[in-house]
Amino acid sequence: MATVERVAVAAPARTRVRRSAQARADARLGLILAAPAVAFIVAVAFFPLIGTIRDSLFRISLRFANQPRPFVGLENYANVLQDDRWHNALRVTGLVSGVSVAVELVLGMIIALLINRAFVGRGIVRAAVLIPWALTTVVSARMWAWIYDARYGVFNDILLRLGIIDSPLIFLSKPELTIWAMIGAEIWKTTPFMALLLLAGLQLIPADIYEAAEIDGATGWQAFWRITLPMLKPTILVALLFRTIDAVRMFDLPRVLTNGGPGVSTETLVLYSYNTLFTSLNFGYGSALAVTSFLIVLLISFIYIKVLGAPTQGGRRGV
Amino acid sequence: MTAPANTIGTTERDAAHNAARRRSMMANRFGFYSFVTVFVIFCLAPFVWTLLTSFKGFNTLFAVPITYWPNPPSLENYQKVFALDRFRWALLNSAIVASSATFISLIIGSFCAYAIARLNFPGKNFLLALVLAIAMFPGIAIIGPLFRQFNAWGLTNNYLALILPNVTFTLPICIWTLTAFFSELPIELEESARVDGCTRMQTFYKIVAPLAAPGVFTAAILLFIHAWNEFLFARTFMSQPNRLTATVAIAQFEGADLAAQYPWGEITAASIVITLPLVVMVLLFQRRIISGLTAGAVKG
Repeated sequence: MATVERVAVAAPARTRVRRSAQARADARLGLILAAPAVAFIVAVAFFPLIGTIRDSLFRISLRFANQPRPFVGLENYANVLQDDRWHNALRVTGLVSGVSVAVELVLGMIIALLINRAFVGRGIVRAAVLIPWALTTVVSARMWAWIYDARYGVFNDILLRLGIIDSPLIFLSKPELTIWAMIGAEIWKTTPFMALLLLAGLQLIPADIYEAAEIDGATGWQAFWRITLPMLKPTILVALLFRTIDAVRMFDLPRVLTNGGPGVSTETLVLYSYNTLFTSLNFGYGSALAVTSFLIVLLISFIYIKVLGAPTQGGRRGV
Repeated sequence: MTAPANTIGTTERDAAHNAARRRSMMANRFGFYSFVTVFVIFCLAPFVWTLLTSFKGFNTLFAVPITYWPNPPSLENYQKVFALDRFRWALLNSAIVASSATFISLIIGSFCAYAIARLNFPGKNFLLALVLAIAMFPGIAIIGPLFRQFNAWGLTNNYLALILPNVTFTLPICIWTLTAFFSELPIELEESARVDGCTRMQTFYKIVAPLAAPGVFTAAILLFIHAWNEFLFARTFMSQPNRLTATVAIAQFEGADLAAQYPWGEITAASIVITLPLVVMVLLFQRRIISGLTAGAVKG
């Protein structure tokens, strides 16, 4: 102790000055290097966000040029809360994201647990897993529209051949079927990714914990509940956070597969906001709808982050 | 006295036991590979079906009951699709937008990632929170003002209108992937370079950047895929037929001949063409992609 202190005291004052000058230079360089990224984020995301919030307080229609744009305060939001179509969009978004994320988690977990070992053909599985993930959502939506086709679709053909149905189902024009068809397409596209993340988490659990549990007489089931799940919890939460938010933001799939139809039975929050903005050209009300989507995403991330703890380091993930 | 009998008995029991175990192992392995096969089919079937469809001529395409194999296989759909001006434009536009966005995002993101990984500066936690916020940001919340602003500046139908938001929304992936890679590089190399008289910036581009090349490459793949697949902004900011990106073109694809039956042959052919760059990347770089995707999520 004493030696350390004496050394520290004895250290030439010059070095200390140089070191703090170095720290200042580093801090300055750090700010300079981070500045362009911050500038992009502020200019392209945060300023426009403020713009959307401002627009949501006005009645703005772009349908005709030079129309008056009166300030209406919170009127748009009051209307949103009364809007049946918004309630419907909320229900659709909740159902689609809730069901798809839950199914993805269970399926992804089963897949990850089973392929968490060395086996011949691993490379093939890895490539196969990445195909649905990498595939353009718009392309996937069109693929599924063709698969679900009532007359020439392969899905009907398979169900007919297996004797599950007697006559072809019209997947994309019956509300109670269409939403499930959409959920199916979403699950196909995102389950592999979930499995991949969970697998990466599983591989970090040391094998000797399982050996110790086996010696203590734990069954496989007990090992899963007492070891795997608790140790995988951070990975599961991060995966759930990003998947839930992706699902709530869903636009490409409903837009291309069903365009919200039949009627508005598959219209998600983002799709409804988009249609109000760019089809009805109702920018005031559309902005209010967009802000509600933003608030919902914010609320969900807030809840997850509360559960997760500080996510700024732990929440790193390539989207 | 009883020892020999005992030994024989044990050996027989062991043999029977081993045989049973081998059988159950075989059954296990069979079960495992059946599961893996089902899973691989689940992942690939829709894509394979699209591929098969794209090679079908008009008659096989709309045959009832449906035929699975394109017989005879034909390239007619691909010829029709490539004959379309707007489709060729769409491929070019997507390539320009996605590669420019990737390039800019890599430069900006690598600076930022190096600062996060190696330098202490005020507001670092705020920066991390900002990056996380962007990763979760719904595009719909900013699209209105961006649209009006780009209109006012005459930027609609300009590549910049897509490059700017694409750079912004790919930054989190870029920063996270690269921060993870930079942090893993041995700091001693940088320290000795500094001792030898390199400035921080010289250390960055002479020592760190070359060493991080695999990481930068991984990030580039992820960013490119992200930008290539972007739909919301592309659909909104581009309206001229020759400025649409591939995703928008495929979403609006109606075929060369509007009077014909719904052009599933051409749609599937166009889908395959648009997906091809992604599939090639996945096949070539699967290990890198997976390490890039999961590095951040599980290490932290």
